[in-house]
Amino acid sequence: MKFSILVNEGPYTHQSSDSALQFARAVLDKGHEIYRVFFYHDGVNNGTRLTVPPVDDRNLQKRWSELAAAHALDLVVCIAAAQRRGVLDEGEAKRHGKGEGAANIAPGFRISGLGQLIEMGIQSDRLVVFGD
Amino acid sequence: MLHIVNKSPFQTSTLQSCLDHALAGDAILLIEDGVYAAIRGSAVAAAVTEAKGKVTFHALGPDIAARGIAPEKLIDGVTSVDYGGFVDLVAEHQTNQAWL
Amino acid sequence: MADVRRFLYINRKAPYGTIYALESLEVVLIGAAFEQDVSLAFLDDGVFQLAKGQDTSGIGMKGFSAIYRALGDYGVTKLYVETDSLATRGLTLDDLQAITFEDENDGYTEKPSIIPVNKAEMAKVMAEQDVVLSF
Repeated sequence: MKFSILVNEGPYTHQSSDSALQFARAVLDKGHEIYRVFFYHDGVNNGTRLTVPPVDDRNLQKRWSELAAAHALDLVVCIAAAQRRGVLDEGEAKRHGKGEGAANIAPGFRISGLGQLIEMGIQSDRLVVFGD
Repeated sequence: MLHIVNKSPFQTSTLQSCLDHALAGDAILLIEDGVYAAIRGSAVAAAVTEAKGKVTFHALGPDIAARGIAPEKLIDGVTSVDYGGFVDLVAEHQTNQAWL
Repeated sequence: MADVRRFLYINRKAPYGTIYALESLEVVLIGAAFEQDVSLAFLDDGVFQLAKGQDTSGIGMKGFSAIYRALGDYGVTKLYVETDSLATRGLTLDDLQAITFEDENDGYTEKPSIIPVNKAEMAKVMAEQDVVLSF
């Protein structure tokens, strides 16, 4: 079965990012497919490579990136929400004159529009929303 | 329909709203702070027990354990599921709705 | 279209205090281009989103209540509003702004987009969907 996941909250404040990650792992363990994970609102903060949590805490961005690498997941960060919150890829950093090296999108994530969220609602058998 | 509730019933009216809109045969899964609704003897336990005649109640085991709720403190008939069980519940129901 | 799904956007949060109402609206506007069967549900504090007379000039934020009135132009014409939620909050339908659409199947007659429903009817609307989105 094809699953998609929507994450509406940022990491470290609300449990929803952790819940979504645990759920995603379980979906894959059960032999299902994950069509896409979409990050919206503060959820886009899961996708910045600049977070440095204490060594004894989990690193959510890393967990997502590793899961994406292991299972070829499509992790999409909403462009409008990301720009508001300073999560940029190479192209967006350049376009907005933020200077060399400003891109902070983490490995395995890509930035795209809200159409990707609608599309995953159309293409997936199940869509599960995590938020506050 | 699978309803997913992640709010403490002592903090918001989300669970009550969910109960008001759940139809016979629906399932309700309590996750995150939502699992506090599964504690026996609480102020909302009667509402949960009454709704059990109409819907099935499930609560996410890892969230229950994380919050120090002992299994014997759960309301009878509330089924504890792990994340795999969460996935199964989603798969079994044509649609699901997160009561955010 | 071969694969038209019934999308329901659940609105249970008030505007301005948090961003969810606005960002839900943005998804609705983008989603309109996908020609799905779209409905919006307003219940609990979500009914405050439709209140008339919103003036955000003093809070430093852009008001967005006018966007609801434009939804008809995007083909979004089913706004289910729970009357129980209104009553609980001391409101009636008269406290909401008028939202209409031009019915292209009926000589472009102007019709109300707001569909008042009670709790039981709202439960039925929820049960009839393929994809339920909440923010």
